[in-house]
Amino acid sequence: MANKERTQAADSLLDVERTFKDRLAYAGRFLWRDRSGIIGLVLFLVVVVAAVFAPQFSPYDPLKQNLRDNKMPPPWSAEGNWDHLFGTDNLGRDAFSRILYGTRVSLTVGFFGVLIAGTLGMFIGAIAGYAGGRVDAVIMGLVNLVLSLPYLLFVVFVAAILGRSLVNVILIFGITDSPIFARVTRGEVLRIRESGYVESAISVGARWPRILFDHIMPNLMGPLITLATFEMSRMIFYEAGLGFLGLSVPPTVPSWGNMLANGRKYLTSSPWIATFPGLAIMFTSLGMNLLGDWLRDVLDPRLRRSRK
Amino acid sequence: MQRYFLSKLGQSVLLLFGVLLLVFFMVRVTGDPASLMISREASPEAVEAFREKMGFNDPILIQFGRFLSGAVVGDFGNSLHFKSPAMPMVMERVPATVQLAGVALLMAAVVGIPLGLVGGFNPGSAVDSLGRGLALLGQSIPNFWLALIMILFFAVRLEWFPSFGRDEWKSVIMPAFVLGLPTMGQIVRLTRSTVLEIRGEDFIRTAHSKGLEPRTIYVKHVLRNVAIPLVSVIGVQFGYMLGGSIYIETIFSWPGMGQLVEQSVGWRDFPLVQAVAFFISMVVLLLNLLTDVAYAVIDPRIRYGK
Repeated sequence: MANKERTQAADSLLDVERTFKDRLAYAGRFLWRDRSGIIGLVLFLVVVVAAVFAPQFSPYDPLKQNLRDNKMPPPWSAEGNWDHLFGTDNLGRDAFSRILYGTRVSLTVGFFGVLIAGTLGMFIGAIAGYAGGRVDAVIMGLVNLVLSLPYLLFVVFVAAILGRSLVNVILIFGITDSPIFARVTRGEVLRIRESGYVESAISVGARWPRILFDHIMPNLMGPLITLATFEMSRMIFYEAGLGFLGLSVPPTVPSWGNMLANGRKYLTSSPWIATFPGLAIMFTSLGMNLLGDWLRDVLDPRLRRSRK
Repeated sequence: MQRYFLSKLGQSVLLLFGVLLLVFFMVRVTGDPASLMISREASPEAVEAFREKMGFNDPILIQFGRFLSGAVVGDFGNSLHFKSPAMPMVMERVPATVQLAGVALLMAAVVGIPLGLVGGFNPGSAVDSLGRGLALLGQSIPNFWLALIMILFFAVRLEWFPSFGRDEWKSVIMPAFVLGLPTMGQIVRLTRSTVLEIRGEDFIRTAHSKGLEPRTIYVKHVLRNVAIPLVSVIGVQFGYMLGGSIYIETIFSWPGMGQLVEQSVGWRDFPLVQAVAFFISMVVLLLNLLTDVAYAVIDPRIRYGK
């Protein structure tokens, strides 16, 4: 036991000196030792593949109505058949195809939302952390204002004002989520600024752009990638929630939230309509949370000891 | 202590002003608040009359001044749907939401803290796996979906609980459980990792080497330190629940502020939404302030540090 702890300590000492690329290679080896990380990665890849190849995998057109076959239960119940793997909804649309196309909406919102939030937040946080003083105080004051608000309430408020569209949803999440990235970036920048290698870079006369882009940015990537995974999962979650309230993408678009909102109306008579989109959200979210936990362990050696 | 408290109070007042600014400008962000609030079929004359009545034609600073002077006395104008003052309608909904959030938090703490403690003291044990599994599920299950599934099984099939409303004591169980589940998971995680961390600290080793009984060490040294992060998480989570119960209250027809938000968004009754948003933000800021104070009372490092 003591021996194991010592090698772990040595590992994390070494990690500090490693560059980002080395760490990625290390991550590959680490993955084989951590089963939950593999499960997370597999779930995430399944969702990505489903989104990319939705037209190829879908047995039906997700928008095509077929009122003769409406509210068909899944094949394992008595009246169902194998034509519709997840059954059909109240308009006879194939639930499996709609779920596959729904991954596109969820991943688009998650990916672009995080991209906007991450870029914006990293920029704001880096300025605050690097400039310090009054600039820092003003920026962090604003960041804390947004973070102390009841998030969901304001997201619903803004979504109701702007109206239903994919672009609006992405913008709402991208902007409202950027303070979290700003806060993490600022904290990391402050920590890195005090480090020996930045001090020595300054002492050899490096100017601030070089310090920022060559020394600080690469070291920021680890914590930010981890955060991005968790935030993407959260956005997929909240997008479905907005859809459920009828405030996300237009009702004609097959998205998990819209399917849930529709299924709620037929909950007692045809429960499968609401069940499958919920399961899809759950597995996506589960996969990304497992993946995030694992990334945090791999990319941030300082946190690894809290796991065991 | 006093100075620490005053600076926190000052920050909260500034944040509250920020909330007012946000709530005021949010309905004006599209450029035309009148067409946002009035039905789409309204004639141009009706829209213009509405604009005049609401004072949207006045210069923006005058509008903001009027909004502010109303807000400080709790006047957010009339609800468009009910044609009566908005704030009292919000206050009517407070008890239901507080009850729901309170029960949810209680359930989360009663289940989460023991699971986290046992898991932290015996990592890898069966109870630990249970706790970690629960934490992961709480994070991953969409609560609006879980609510539907629970209604299906426990209300429709088994008929153990009513599926909606707030008529009997049993009504609160299902919505509170669903609302509290993510918090339960978070409490398990936090308690567990704090115990793990503190167990390795020097002062625990010293206590052991002094020959203190393990039970004394757990209660006096470990539990006291676990309480510090828990207080802050519980404070934050209570605020999150007050503003985050929109889905749960909508699904269970729970007559609280969350349901009011959903309804007034549907009615395009934005003065009412503004009033709810301001009120909940104010309560959340107050809770954060109380959490900071409680934090300082429990942890002498904060009290003397500043």
